[in-house]
Amino acid sequence: MDENVLKREEKAVFGLRSLYRKYGYLPYKMSKFEEYEYYIRNKDFLTSDRIITFNDTNGKLLALKPDVTLSIIKNGGDAPGCKQKVYYNENIYRVSGSTGQYREIMQAGLECIGDIDLYDIYETVSLAAQSLQLISEDFVIQISHLGVLAAVLDRISGDQKFRQSAIAYIAEKNAHDLSRLCREYGIGAEESRILSGFVTIYGNREWVLDQLEALCGSWAEESLAQLKALSKMLDKTEFNPKILFDFSVVNNMNYYNGIVFKGFLNGICDGILAGGQYDKLMQKLQRKAGAIGFAIYLDLLEQLPGNRAEYDVDVLLLYNEETDFSCVSRQVERLIAEGKNVYAQKQIPPKLRCRQIVRLGKDGAEC
Amino acid sequence: MLNVALPKGRLGEKVYAMFEKAGFECPSIRENNRKLIFENPEKQVRYFWVKPSDVAIYVERGAADIGIAGKDILLEYQPEVYELLDLGLGKCRMAVAAPVGFYDDGERTLRVATKFPHIAANHYARIGREIDIIKLNGSIELAPILGLSNVIVDIVETGTTLQENNLAVVENIVPISARLIANKAAFHFNHIQIEEILDALKKQVDSND
Repeated sequence: MDENVLKREEKAVFGLRSLYRKYGYLPYKMSKFEEYEYYIRNKDFLTSDRIITFNDTNGKLLALKPDVTLSIIKNGGDAPGCKQKVYYNENIYRVSGSTGQYREIMQAGLECIGDIDLYDIYETVSLAAQSLQLISEDFVIQISHLGVLAAVLDRISGDQKFRQSAIAYIAEKNAHDLSRLCREYGIGAEESRILSGFVTIYGNREWVLDQLEALCGSWAEESLAQLKALSKMLDKTEFNPKILFDFSVVNNMNYYNGIVFKGFLNGICDGILAGGQYDKLMQKLQRKAGAIGFAIYLDLLEQLPGNRAEYDVDVLLLYNEETDFSCVSRQVERLIAEGKNVYAQKQIPPKLRCRQIVRLGKDGAEC
Repeated sequence: MLNVALPKGRLGEKVYAMFEKAGFECPSIRENNRKLIFENPEKQVRYFWVKPSDVAIYVERGAADIGIAGKDILLEYQPEVYELLDLGLGKCRMAVAAPVGFYDDGERTLRVATKFPHIAANHYARIGREIDIIKLNGSIELAPILGLSNVIVDIVETGTTLQENNLAVVENIVPISARLIANKAAFHFNHIQIEEILDALKKQVDSND
């Protein structure tokens, strides 16, 4: 097979499938539709509650999938002591934040469901890094830990409005409004300084851990210990310097807990990979297990600069009503055998970019 | 090369002066010509002027790595960007204004004229007041005078225009000023240069405080 005919996202799908199979993940195929009510019950988990709906033949309201994770959780069963590891490659339908229009998004990803331990967390982060590495060497993964953030916020304030605003400002790396918020809510100078640390402390994992240890080590011992252990395992990987700690990665804390992460490829203006541990979502959906996973938005790969073809075809083969058709066929086969792609036509199509035009005469010879 | 989107107008010129003072000058920007993009290869920086309300779009979409946008635009359009610094320039406030003596008895839907429907909707949703938003693109002060709306939600700088039209601020919503913003992906791949600029600008802001 000529791999050059594949688009970048198609090549990525093949590569990812092969990678996930190596680690024992099984393919997960699901229906394109799901009951609308299921999404509405869990709409806070979705990036938007605007969903494409239609009536099934029996009148039931269905929706085109805006999300894959929810379907995987719904359709799985709990098997104590075991883990369910699946990967997928699906199109989902969401409203674009910038245009407000529905978009079809090509998404690949994986989910590990069960009793999640440190190895599972490491494997998921490692597979996220390997997934990006398959596409480009120039990538970064930012990891945060919601357990650390939650423990610190618990010490500072129980006010839900304060917590929501503080998290939003941390996500924006917005230290000035975070300080203003702390003043408005009468938060002490020391607590305010600790919270601001989550905006200013990011980057090299070891440095971040040292800083956090000094800043709030006793407040979030368990979560920091998990981050430390994960970091130590990542030290030994080839992509070690590309995995950083950054607390601006903040997913919905009603659903996510523990590690959350986001991946960026140089040349793409938005995060192309997002994931994390979502035990709280599992609990909300009456599942006994924990879970961790990530998704890659393959449609964003279009933004990467690539080698655009200079021509649509190598040869435009022009023949007329009088040309012997078997001669046309022979000439097409000959040119293909020479490694060229051939477009046989009677007239030059408008806007076609061809490297060479070959005109055939009555006898099928070039003229 | 770091791409910087500057807002056209007086604010943009003040901001460029701050970048210049921070050591990221680009002399060609001061030349009187019709060029749109100005580059200083030595400093690895490229500036371009855009409509102030478009800065956030350029940054969010990655055409600019960093830029300067008003907090009003950030609150209205909520772009997915980092908000790195309050430059303390272009200070004003987003406020609700109404004809002098206006009293909202809460019995009827409040008609609100504004250029900022999202900010207005959020503000009234927080206090649970039912409103009808009338989106206008300019001369907002005219709306309550002609009875098109009961109140307006708009930027108030000195309050002179309001005063001259017999309007007064009823409620302040949020203080507004110019903010340094960064594209999230670009920040991770250019953080050394962006942090260098951020630190230098921060020093200037702190010394002005």
